[in-house]
Amino acid sequence: MHATKALEEADRLMTVCNSCRYCEGLCAVFPAMEMRRAFADGDLNYLANLCHSCGACYTDCQFSPPHEFNVNVPQTLAKVRNDSYKFYVWPRALAPLFERNGLAISLIAALSVGIFFFGLMAINDPAVMFGVQTGPGAFYQIMSHNAMAGVFGAAFFYAMTALIMGFRMFWCDMGETRETLTKGVSVWQAMKDTMALRYLDGGGPGCINEDERPNDRRRLYHHLTFYGFFLCLASTSTATLYHYLLGMQAPYPWYDLPVVLGTLGGIGLLIGPAGLIWAKFKRDPALQDENGRGMEMAFTVMLFLVSLTGLLLLVLRATPAMGTMLAIHMGFVFGFFITMPYSKFVHGIYRFGALVRYAKERRALHEPTPSKAKALGIPDAKAGI
Amino acid sequence: MSLVCQTRDCFGVTSAGTLKDCLNGEMNVETAVSRDFPPEQVTGAARTTARAGATPVELTNRYDVLVIGGGNAALCAAISARRSGASVLVLEAAPKFYRGGNTRHTRNMRCAHDTATEILTGPYTEEEFWEDLLRVTGGQTDEELARFMIRESKDILNWIVEQGVRWQPSLGGTLSLGRTNSFFLGGGRAMLNALYLTAEGLGVDVLYDAEAVDLDVQDGRFQSATVAYGGQWHKVSAAALVAAAGGFEANIEWLKQYWGDVAENFLIRGTPYNRGSVLKMLLDKGVQEIGDPTQCHAVAIDARAPKFDGGIITRLDCVVFGIVVNKNAERFYDEGEDIWPKRYAIWGRLVAAQPDQIAYIIFDGPSLEMFMPSLYPPVKADSIRELAGKLGLDPQSLETTVETFNQAVRPGTFDHTILDDCRTEGLTPPKTHWARRIETAPLYAYPVRPGITFTYLGTRVNKESRMLMADGSPSANMFAAGEIMAGNVLGKGYAAGIGMTIGSVFGRIAGREAAKNARN
Repeated sequence: MHATKALEEADRLMTVCNSCRYCEGLCAVFPAMEMRRAFADGDLNYLANLCHSCGACYTDCQFSPPHEFNVNVPQTLAKVRNDSYKFYVWPRALAPLFERNGLAISLIAALSVGIFFFGLMAINDPAVMFGVQTGPGAFYQIMSHNAMAGVFGAAFFYAMTALIMGFRMFWCDMGETRETLTKGVSVWQAMKDTMALRYLDGGGPGCINEDERPNDRRRLYHHLTFYGFFLCLASTSTATLYHYLLGMQAPYPWYDLPVVLGTLGGIGLLIGPAGLIWAKFKRDPALQDENGRGMEMAFTVMLFLVSLTGLLLLVLRATPAMGTMLAIHMGFVFGFFITMPYSKFVHGIYRFGALVRYAKERRALHEPTPSKAKALGIPDAKAGI
Repeated sequence: MSLVCQTRDCFGVTSAGTLKDCLNGEMNVETAVSRDFPPEQVTGAARTTARAGATPVELTNRYDVLVIGGGNAALCAAISARRSGASVLVLEAAPKFYRGGNTRHTRNMRCAHDTATEILTGPYTEEEFWEDLLRVTGGQTDEELARFMIRESKDILNWIVEQGVRWQPSLGGTLSLGRTNSFFLGGGRAMLNALYLTAEGLGVDVLYDAEAVDLDVQDGRFQSATVAYGGQWHKVSAAALVAAAGGFEANIEWLKQYWGDVAENFLIRGTPYNRGSVLKMLLDKGVQEIGDPTQCHAVAIDARAPKFDGGIITRLDCVVFGIVVNKNAERFYDEGEDIWPKRYAIWGRLVAAQPDQIAYIIFDGPSLEMFMPSLYPPVKADSIRELAGKLGLDPQSLETTVETFNQAVRPGTFDHTILDDCRTEGLTPPKTHWARRIETAPLYAYPVRPGITFTYLGTRVNKESRMLMADGSPSANMFAAGEIMAGNVLGKGYAAGIGMTIGSVFGRIAGREAAKNARN
């Protein structure tokens, strides 16, 4: 009936949860579940991507293991979610990349770094590659600006195409339409929910991690990662504008906007991923999908290394190590770009889509009067034991 | 202050240490016992010399307040006593996961309030609360105590939040109880988790798998309790006792005293640990009893539910949409008597009175999505005959029952939110509302059995939550809170969330008074 065992289990759990509904105040997943009575694969993939894995429902559930009903929503939805990345990947032929994702991403990154390093070493005079370059255009002594723009532009374009195609599959499988994405109010709500990580707070007290004491650490680390990432993007975008509009060539002085943005973002991208990895190891394994660990590690470590090499490049840019660091940094960035559609990066895309859909559904139901609830046929969930 | 552990020698602690010391100097009792040390290990060596059932081990340290039980009332009492300056030990008979008795299956609490709040859609005055209580109990309540509880409930709305419990914001739409009842964010187990964290943070000691097996009570004064813990009996002394260990709904043998063998077919909605042993001991020691011992709150739940701890999710809300037949395929009560869930709690008793304590709710396609989705799918068939076959009922009899019912249905305008005019005529028993012909395939059925939620028998208390002895005199140092004394205010019937009100209000008072008592 369902494509995978994880989906079967998710269907079972949603049936259990839908007859209970005690968790409806914790996050978006349960209210979204309540709008349904049957759960197709698309619905379950939607709910799984809506889940932020805060873990509150596991600790709060009177039926979680060792109870015979064996209700473990966070772990089951994590499995479904991780499977969904593979399921919606574009092109389909690359689905196996999600089978042993940690290994695949590591190999691609290593290959990318190797090609950049040895490639640039091969085409450049050692005196240039390992010499000291300073002043405007110093980086372009190692690799011309047009070559950089071409290579990274192409990688980025490919990644965007693959991400959009994957998202289309996900979106259509849920039964959603293009029209939903044009509704500004839903998209804006989803953006606010994303930027605040609204549903990573366990309904208020925070995430469940190593024990039943909630805290907000994971949300903090994720924020550092998320905003660090966007600051780095902003840095690159500003530099692009500097280059083409103002004719100013990198490297820029440390106090200039691209460097400031990049440095701040880079620091976020060091602390955030490191914190997330640390939190992941400390977290109760019962809340996690152990098969997803490789994928999560590869992606988070990659972010960390992109940032680390970027910051090292900044520090070492006036030394003979600049060429080497630039090659390594570009290797990681390129590796990151081309693996975006095949790494945990996609979680952000699908979750955002799920949040848009949820915003739409919630608005349709929002604060219904009793007569409206009646008209919508919403059964009354509440009664005491 | 902690229990002194007699097994200290086995851990090589030479001086007299506390139980904590014996287990692990760094950890609190709860953590050490439940996770890191299997009970066998705690008393492993001692077992060879002392076995369960042998002479209780003397513990030299005393607690100010001993709380027996681990649910809402017990934790409110423990926190309240600790905040009043007392040293507190909580004994929970269940393992950690199953801690909290019926509280783990609750969801909300009924408190009076004069204005709407963020979580409550409108005022619910003391007077209205009292009228509701009077109605559901049919007057079987102690008015003074009940009005006192209702008044105290107002402050509980805030007090319980101060103890770490979170209320769920009003979600709108589905809240038929949104004005009167406050919902715990994440449900009853979330509430319990918060209370335990608070209690432990305050320094309350908690032992799991620790069952009180005897109480030493002299002339209405509690002296000590004998506790089975870690495969061994311990004697625990305390200056005051708070009994908050619930009723006896999971004690089938006890239920059989009143119900006979019929009780074998009851399903218990809560954990198997609600055995009422503390209640029984107290009554045996001369505490005055209150509440009808033969009564229990029983609803009709899915017959496929587990014997224990199926909780809220085995409930079925579809009686009013169909007919209910017994194993002879005969109807036995007006399914349309009143708006669901007002008559929710009579169906357990009705089904208990049927042969083999089983019944079947029969309805057809158009009704399927009019009620909360169920845990177990309904039995489905294309004809009444086929449905009967799947249920193990006589097909001819079921066909006759359904046909007779269908012919008695008068035309009307169906509306399950009001007492509508869809009824039967010339049928015994009648279906007085929401009667619609059962004819559109697919046809559905749920098998149901009595599901026991709680019992009414309890210990008599006064406004201090202090137990009264059989002669009416107040106990010197024994207090009760929660289901174990609910019968004082709830002699029969039920109103959603009132069990939690009783637990929190009297738990808080019992803890405070017990602490005061211990100081004097």
